[in-house]
Amino acid sequence: MADYEIPNDLRYTREDEWCRVEGSRVVVGVTDYAQQQLGDIVFVELPAVGSTVERGEPFGVIESVKAVSDLYAPISGEVVEVNGDLADHPEHVNEDCYTDGWMITIEPSDPDEVGTLLDAKTYRTHVEERSTE
Amino acid sequence: MSDERDAGPERLGYATRGIEYEEPLLFERSRPGRVGYSLPASDVPDADPAAALDPSWLRSDVPALPELSEVDVVRHFTRLSTWNAAVDLGLYPLGSCTMKYNPKINEWAARLPGFARAHPLQPVAQSQGLLELMWRLEQALAEISGMDRVSLQPAAGAQGELAGIMMIRAYHEHRGEKRHKVLVPDSAHGTNPASAALNDYEVETIPSGRDGVLHPEAVERAMNEDVAALMITNPSTLGLFEPHIAAICDLVHARGGLVYGDGANLNALLGIARPGDLGIDVMHFNLHKTFSTPHGGGGPGSGPVGVKNILAPYLPIPVVRRLEQAEGEGFALDYEFPRSIGRLHANFGNVGMFVRAWAYIRSLGPDGLRRCAEMAVLNANYLLARLRHAWHVPIDRTVMHECVLSDKDLEPSGVTTLDVAKRLIDYGYHPPTVYFPLIVHGALMIEPTESESLEGLDRFADALLAIADEARRDPDWVRTAPHRTRLARLDETRAARRPVLRWQPASSD
Repeated sequence: MADYEIPNDLRYTREDEWCRVEGSRVVVGVTDYAQQQLGDIVFVELPAVGSTVERGEPFGVIESVKAVSDLYAPISGEVVEVNGDLADHPEHVNEDCYTDGWMITIEPSDPDEVGTLLDAKTYRTHVEERSTE
Repeated sequence: MSDERDAGPERLGYATRGIEYEEPLLFERSRPGRVGYSLPASDVPDADPAAALDPSWLRSDVPALPELSEVDVVRHFTRLSTWNAAVDLGLYPLGSCTMKYNPKINEWAARLPGFARAHPLQPVAQSQGLLELMWRLEQALAEISGMDRVSLQPAAGAQGELAGIMMIRAYHEHRGEKRHKVLVPDSAHGTNPASAALNDYEVETIPSGRDGVLHPEAVERAMNEDVAALMITNPSTLGLFEPHIAAICDLVHARGGLVYGDGANLNALLGIARPGDLGIDVMHFNLHKTFSTPHGGGGPGSGPVGVKNILAPYLPIPVVRRLEQAEGEGFALDYEFPRSIGRLHANFGNVGMFVRAWAYIRSLGPDGLRRCAEMAVLNANYLLARLRHAWHVPIDRTVMHECVLSDKDLEPSGVTTLDVAKRLIDYGYHPPTVYFPLIVHGALMIEPTESESLEGLDRFADALLAIADEARRDPDWVRTAPHRTRLARLDETRAARRPVLRWQPASSD
């Protein structure tokens, strides 16, 4: 199986988004597994600052040379920051999906919601299950 | 070793390289003053455009249009045409696209002056032959599919789907029912959820079973009174016949829902099974797949939609109708359908395709159509039988008209499906559909169709076997393919990230 970086200090969704808590806010991106599966990312469409997102609903679109996929909001809340660099540099998602490849920052409507997401260990199991199929 | 093998003039598979031209853009071929015509001197006085038109409409500079002779232009487009891959040149194994050979008799029929020169605004009385052909084609499609009524209007499969879901929505609305969801299996064509979403339906994905087919239990779990329809493709995009289709349709009908049948894969069923008999309420046909009208390269497509009687009031207008005895002989166009979803296409659809499809249906007849399906299925299974020992087959069962391989067994070599597709070009083949269906990792979806002979299938199988072997022995050579094409591998990522969308003159003077 290919090797996937899954940092221990992040939370994850089954749809392969990660969440990092920064103070009261939550930064969101897609995981190393997602970017490897998608291949070279050529376009990322993100919501506007000030819009609201709902857990489990699409908040954007990611397009690679292979496929176009929805991005799903891991938690509900208001979008307070958007990574504008991705418009010109979608390759950041491939190169540094946990740092420069971040997508949006959410002000959660329920601060406890992020705690209900998968931890790194559970997410790794979820990735491995799919890789062996 | 590999470089030598591919560098020489010798054959690789059945592909060779012959006369082949580099071809610049017409703009780059341009030379000042060169023309492709010779006109007599004008015998009317020059007019000043500024006097004839509002000056704001005048442009300040002359557009840099290319200046060329006739032979420049003819050679340019003819050379470009030699770069085409086409079903008239060889196997075109695009899974789920049914790139079958288009018999030339279709073209003869479509060029008959009465069809070719008909005008859409000509009076009905002067278009009786064409209307009769349309009516007969509708009857034939209804008979082939087991549907009650057909409209030929939709311009292609996706619009046929849209028409189908619009009719389903109109049906529920007329009954005063508010339903919000459409169920779509995870093996569906991407157009299915798109058609549902365009009609404001929420899409719920139904997982296929481990055996690759849809199970009634999965549908039952999702089925309730909020579901307007299930959209199903049979055979599925894995090339598998859905064995539980009748039970699944019953489940949907029991809760008041309707079943949409995606007809993209109808080729496998021709003359053998009818979607209408299986419980489908509405479906589309791809004349450009199943019925051998041109596919790709501008077609145009044609995606008639067939319905059971319960949906007939919602068909697009106008509807072709054979006159009742009291009205005399002939055919009419009816517009009086108050519950119709309306017009979907200017005039009557892509009429030239109706003529071709009708020529195809009539030249084959019922037995010939059935034979198409039999041969298409046999060919796909023959390929699978020749390839399964060297390639990973995610769902290894007897298939219908197409088979799906994956790159899983190539993983240690680092060769992916994309590389295999590129290498196939060196062997003289247009690559198959890749990375679809999405539920198979690194899918190669191969549909040989009934057009190929046994020798043709063997050559293609030989090429795929040779590539599997190359991937193990010499993976880098496969990963950098194609090597024998006019251009080496293109940087698709850069093309998508930094597209150059138009030619710019070197200087503006």
